[in-house]
Amino acid sequence: MELLFFYLFAAGIIGASLLVVTRSNVIHAALLLVLTFFFMSGVFVLAGAEFLAVVQVLLYAGGIMVLYLFSIMLMNAEVSVRLRQFHRQSFFTIVVSLILAAEIWWKVLGGGAAYPAFKGFSWTLGTTPGNVEALGSILYTKYLFPFEVASILLLAAMIGAIVLAKRTIDR
Amino acid sequence: MVPLSHYLALGAVVFVIGAAGVLMRRNAIIILMSIELMLNAVNITLVGFSRQWGDLTGQVLAIFVITVAAAEAAVGLAILISLNRDRSVLNVDEVNLLKW
Repeated sequence: MELLFFYLFAAGIIGASLLVVTRSNVIHAALLLVLTFFFMSGVFVLAGAEFLAVVQVLLYAGGIMVLYLFSIMLMNAEVSVRLRQFHRQSFFTIVVSLILAAEIWWKVLGGGAAYPAFKGFSWTLGTTPGNVEALGSILYTKYLFPFEVASILLLAAMIGAIVLAKRTIDR
Repeated sequence: MVPLSHYLALGAVVFVIGAAGVLMRRNAIIILMSIELMLNAVNITLVGFSRQWGDLTGQVLAIFVITVAAAEAAVGLAILISLNRDRSVLNVDEVNLLKW
């Protein structure tokens, strides 16, 4: 049953992401990317990462993609629908991508790679500590310093975005 | 129970789709979206490993990946907006100021 749902979500992710990189209309691509994020959140639930699934929907589908859609509204993106969508060297791009896929397949999934057997969750659904509690406690103790650095990074990105998108540019 | 190799294969496929999108498309917004797709593929791999080992470090790293993706989206879209306002282009091969 779990495997069936995984295949369902995986098919949704792959199909929607293929559509994202091939659509000519930017808004269609953005909405399909939202669909991809929802399917990914399903995969996260199957993997026992409930907090990440919620963050995926709240932050990615709800935050980042709304930012994308607002920016698409600010630019006149519908002009580019009628233009050529792909580079002239697209054929070589496909060749390079297939080589990359073969490399990942051979290196990560091939016979040489050995991973330890599944030992069961160290956190389980419905018990204490659950996933959110365990993640919160590890994030605020062991990974406190990277957490603070990430907040500084977000602050810098916010200031950078305001400066870059300011109306008057000093030349 | 889903084996680890399924997560890795799914992550690899989505990563390659995102990489092909970055290299193939002319529209700068779709290039940014393809980068988001690649970052999410890495998240799938991290979560799969986190589940396999029963260790939460992978999920913590995925949270940091999401943070970096948010910062990247904000700065990238700001660059695109200022580019679109100044030169009214969205196609990356028309932006060749530094090309010689």
